[in-house]
Amino acid sequence: MDFRDSPPEAEFRSRLRAWIADHNPGLPVSSTDDEYWARQAEWHTALYDAGFFGLSWPSRFGGHDLPSVFDVILDDEIAAAGAPPRPSLGYLVQGITTHASEAVQARFLPGLISGRERWCQGFSEPDAGSDLAALRTAATRDGDEYVIHGHKIWTSYSDVADWCFLLARTDPDVPKHKGLSAFAVPMRQRGIEQYPLRMINGITREFGQVVFDGARVPAENMIGKPGEGWRIAMTIVSHEREPSEVGYVARYVKTVKDLEATVRANPGAFRSDQREAVAWAYVQAEMLRLHVRRRLSERLDGPDHGPGGSIDKILMTWVEQTVGASALAVAGSRAVVDADDVALKIYLYSRAQSVMGGTSQIQKNIIATRILGLPAA
Amino acid sequence: MDIRDTPEQAELRRTARRLARELGPRTVADLGDRRRNEALAKAVRDAGWLELRRDGGDGDPLASGVEAAIIADALAEVVSDVPFAGPILASDLARRAGVRAIDGAAIAFSPDLIDAAVASGSTTDTPIVAVDHAADGPVAAYVLVPDGDGYRLAAVEADGVRGGADLTRAIRFIPPGVPVRPVPGQSRRLTRDDLDAWAALGLALTSADIVGLMRGVLDVSVAYAQERKQYGVSIGSFQAVQHLLAESRCLIEGAFSAALYPAWAVDHLGPAEARAAGRVAKAYCARAARTVCETAVQVHGGMGNTWDCIVHVHLRRALLSSQWFGDDGEQLRQLERTRLGVPHGLS
Repeated sequence: MDFRDSPPEAEFRSRLRAWIADHNPGLPVSSTDDEYWARQAEWHTALYDAGFFGLSWPSRFGGHDLPSVFDVILDDEIAAAGAPPRPSLGYLVQGITTHASEAVQARFLPGLISGRERWCQGFSEPDAGSDLAALRTAATRDGDEYVIHGHKIWTSYSDVADWCFLLARTDPDVPKHKGLSAFAVPMRQRGIEQYPLRMINGITREFGQVVFDGARVPAENMIGKPGEGWRIAMTIVSHEREPSEVGYVARYVKTVKDLEATVRANPGAFRSDQREAVAWAYVQAEMLRLHVRRRLSERLDGPDHGPGGSIDKILMTWVEQTVGASALAVAGSRAVVDADDVALKIYLYSRAQSVMGGTSQIQKNIIATRILGLPAA
Repeated sequence: MDIRDTPEQAELRRTARRLARELGPRTVADLGDRRRNEALAKAVRDAGWLELRRDGGDGDPLASGVEAAIIADALAEVVSDVPFAGPILASDLARRAGVRAIDGAAIAFSPDLIDAAVASGSTTDTPIVAVDHAADGPVAAYVLVPDGDGYRLAAVEADGVRGGADLTRAIRFIPPGVPVRPVPGQSRRLTRDDLDAWAALGLALTSADIVGLMRGVLDVSVAYAQERKQYGVSIGSFQAVQHLLAESRCLIEGAFSAALYPAWAVDHLGPAEARAAGRVAKAYCARAARTVCETAVQVHGGMGNTWDCIVHVHLRRALLSSQWFGDDGEQLRQLERTRLGVPHGLS
């Protein structure tokens, strides 16, 4: 057990720290402002071009073949500088590298990793949320193509995406989990319409709805085999639930640092319960920072696609919601007098964390049955 | 950076768990089984585990805080009724003072259990408490005696009766007026840094203890939820019960991650930094322990509220481990001081 940087890790850390000092775009906290999403692509390509993104992914696709723990250093330094978190798309990389043919990997991974091609994820539907396998979007074979009809929702960044990682029903005659396939669908075509969704904190650039009405995708863009869609989706969501994969811990650590600075400027102006809320948010964020170190250390021998991501997701959710509540506590009346207050937005956004990527209730079902071994309800 | 156990640490974890599961109490009645208890105490002693923080010859301890935490975790998982953290902390403090610890010695604490007790006269002037030592016979308990800008060790005899909420570890009150006798052979005066580093070990071991006892009580609760039937099915099939147990599992994983760091930090970071790492772990573990142990009582229903059900033994142990070196409220208060610049006296 060693928490220290090895010499190559220390060298990487100091290079990264120097680079971030010169290139931090100083964007607002990702969860509070549309400006963040307008400029996130720029941050992704800058981070990638400087050699600081895709650290543990294969170099033949633009990654760096580095040990998984280098992402710990990336999160640390981003948090310390208050820079935007790393782009959270590792779960799509996991899905593609685990299930797609070499040709599909070679076609799509370089653009996904470099940020030159933007992706969104078309899984949930208005009538298929927790019961994802009930999805009805249909992909029907037509010559060398599939034709897509259906309605996707909670599709993050669909408005800027070049590609959609789409889960669709290719075989309506088999049990629901077996008739699904995955595709890389080009987003810029007729037959796709977008409707933004405004979240409770006011931001409009994160969530969207996408309606597919006769959109077309080449059959060669299928990811994995026909009928493999459910397994692919489970690989993806298991990683989407891991803070070690999505890098959100940098965002929590930064928010806690900002809250600490606010209180430190005039401790006597805050009640003991407000100060304790900040101290507890610090403890929670530290726990997650250390938990990510453990999980990325465990990944040194290769990723595990098991249900452990559900535990990570619950821990991450508790942290995000503790940090959000702490921001609200520190803001006090300011958060209700000013509708644009950042603490209000951080707090309201934090409520989504127990829903996105699978609700906390679904995670607890998974933990109970697949990790604790309790009988299915 | 690789915070997995080394192969040797993994082997120690397996060995310690195996030994604790074989000789630890399985039922409340087992707590009264003297032969089992003596066999466990002997096994722990024979394994050399009480010597881990003794001077290895060069001033450094024989083993790291990580090894000590691994054993604390394994012993607590089955609520082992033998001293471990007490003797380890006594020998660690003695090593820092440059002297070999008295056999079976414990440390006396202030009544709030947060700091080592300080005695400035020839007898104790306030009530103090020795924690986690042999339950029978007289025991030597170390106290701190101010000496210049530091401290030296002295000893008092603790011969009161075993007591306290925890049914697995001994507590003795030492009244005022007990003679304080010098401990000969100390080659170093204990500094503030020594006491911070030592408290970091205390926070690491009590956190590891909590992680272990939570894992143990969850295992017992999951087994019970599978076996106990109501409405013709096992209660573990109800989501209301499943979600409580799933939350416990998450808290344990988070607590484990948080507790690894101070155990490592004790030997690798500066004293203040190591103690701060210990405060984070302890705050998280102490809060988690209440939820996990209370969930265990709840899942066991009426049985969980009876003396003969083992889960209150875990809960009681959690209460002592939480208070020892300071509970979550105390750690948060200290973190407010150091991180938020909250001055002393501001409530």
